[in-house]
Amino acid sequence: MATLLQHLPALLVAVPLFAAFTLPLVGRTGAPARTAWVFLGALLTAATGLLLAWQVFAHGPLLYVFGAAAPHVPTPMDSGGIPIRIIFQIDALGALMVVIASLSSLAIILYSLASDSRHSGKDSFYSLLFLLVAGVLGMVSTGDLFNFFVFLEISSLSGAALVAYRVDKGQAVEAGLKYALLSTVGALAFLVAVGLLFAQYNALNIAVVASRLQFTPLDQIALVLLAIPLAMKCGAVPMHFWTPDAYSTAPSSITAFLVVSSQASLYGLFRILFSLYGHLLEFSWLTFGWFLIILGVLSMFIGVTMAIPQKDVKRLMAYHAVSQTGYMLLGVGVGLAVLGNAEALTAYGRTAMAGGLFHILNHAMYKGLLFLTAGAIFFRTGTRNLNKLGGLGHHMPWTMVFFMIGALAIAGIPPFNGFASKFLIYESVFRFSPFLSIIAMLVSILTLASFVKVFHAMFMGAARTEFAQVREVPIPMIAGMAILAAVVIVTGLMPRPFIDHMILPAVNALVDRADYIAAILGGH
Amino acid sequence: MNLLWLLSSGSGTWNPLLWLLAFIVALAAAWFIRSFGRKDFREGLQQEPFISGNEEPADGGGHIPASNLYWGFLESLSGYYSRLIPLHTGILTDYVAWFLGVMAVMLVIALIV
Repeated sequence: MATLLQHLPALLVAVPLFAAFTLPLVGRTGAPARTAWVFLGALLTAATGLLLAWQVFAHGPLLYVFGAAAPHVPTPMDSGGIPIRIIFQIDALGALMVVIASLSSLAIILYSLASDSRHSGKDSFYSLLFLLVAGVLGMVSTGDLFNFFVFLEISSLSGAALVAYRVDKGQAVEAGLKYALLSTVGALAFLVAVGLLFAQYNALNIAVVASRLQFTPLDQIALVLLAIPLAMKCGAVPMHFWTPDAYSTAPSSITAFLVVSSQASLYGLFRILFSLYGHLLEFSWLTFGWFLIILGVLSMFIGVTMAIPQKDVKRLMAYHAVSQTGYMLLGVGVGLAVLGNAEALTAYGRTAMAGGLFHILNHAMYKGLLFLTAGAIFFRTGTRNLNKLGGLGHHMPWTMVFFMIGALAIAGIPPFNGFASKFLIYESVFRFSPFLSIIAMLVSILTLASFVKVFHAMFMGAARTEFAQVREVPIPMIAGMAILAAVVIVTGLMPRPFIDHMILPAVNALVDRADYIAAILGGH
Repeated sequence: MNLLWLLSSGSGTWNPLLWLLAFIVALAAAWFIRSFGRKDFREGLQQEPFISGNEEPADGGGHIPASNLYWGFLESLSGYYSRLIPLHTGILTDYVAWFLGVMAVMLVIALIV
């Protein structure tokens, strides 16, 4: 057991990778074996992730050196004091992301067992899905820049393939192509930046590079080449155009996990700005803080206003995903802007960051839930067009209840989790700039208005004869939605334990970057 | 107990337990008011809805489609939407152009700052 626990970080990506590569073989023995294998893979991946996260929250950050005799020693005796292998460095922020990815992947894979049961090509579908999960888990665990790029590519390519998987008269293929090409252009920029840093500092480990950075003009160029692709991948306006295309045409289970994938990019952006460049931005914290804030406000406002006129329910929800990402950028941006002002950081900066990071967890749960409910509607009716839907509350009561939970949460209605994180953002951002806080509240009102429209269009009204045969979705789909709905309710009713034990340690992991470096290089 | 329920922002607090209690009280009040209703009500006795004397449209005919909702909102912001929506061209090269444009602007800002 002790050996197993010691190698948890390796298992975190090894388990989904193993599931991915063995699925085509297992699938040849028949559908029941494949279903059991997929479920087992999802269960083990989630269990590994949650166990690892628990270890981090209970005992502190974890290091894992791949291929080393002593995996917890970052600098071998014969390395000249340099970490020479790929190192996973999982602090509270990484653990928070691992929790999000683990819970989401379990719920989504469970859901997809029924939602994709009617389709062919399931071996490749689940192989790609497990690759996507492994890519995301790797991104939030690695402490190595090049390794981050590799996992970014794994998640991008598998994500693009999954977006295009169901073809959908070419629309899905086009969306997959857009996602793949934009991801590739972004990843190339990221790779150039990694090359610039490696050429100067002869290291790829984030902590080592952070300790050696001089903020030369090349470092400044590298910063932009690292940050902008990640901002694009998380769907920040004005680089969000791919999100409605990809999110609306992908299978709903995949869309729900693409949200998590986007948030892994957001994690990467925060890691770059705080852990890698944090101390060097000392004279420009305000500038880069405002960079995040402006991206956040643009994303919030343009996302929600673009959502309101949409007729395709998934496209509408995709714009809301853009809008909600804005809250995260706003909260963490305010924290970054006041990083050099100890008084303001204590008074409201950390709270704003806590709100932003808590919103990542909450958004993954309720937006995942909303996409799954949209998928349930499509599963039974075959349409995403809101003008053609109506009266489904008579036939799909569970889906309706789950939709209501997700919709109220995203609109920030108490006591659901969206309110808890938005409460922290509103109050703390108000002390930084009342105007920004008012915009955030206005966006929440528009979000509520938008989801009232969706609720009315899909569920309200008299039962229709064309939907007379529609019935509730199968139990695995209900179970998948129930897992996410339960997290939405629990984190909304009891936010404090999550804030104290997961979110605030994650905030500290971002702010106290010296600890991140010291974990690798010693000292402090 | 407070550790589980109370959320503080530094300038204010939020207690979901109090909200839940208020919600339960409101539910109880609703149930109390409802108890004054007719005791002889049975399923099927309910009359057809009154729509200004017109018959209820059959098969969802009375359902207002999503596109008709918020017409006034969209119309009053038509100037804003007439500029915003065309930016979403759906053309991949435009997406790449926006990405490269933002990167170029940030490069200039980063090198100046």
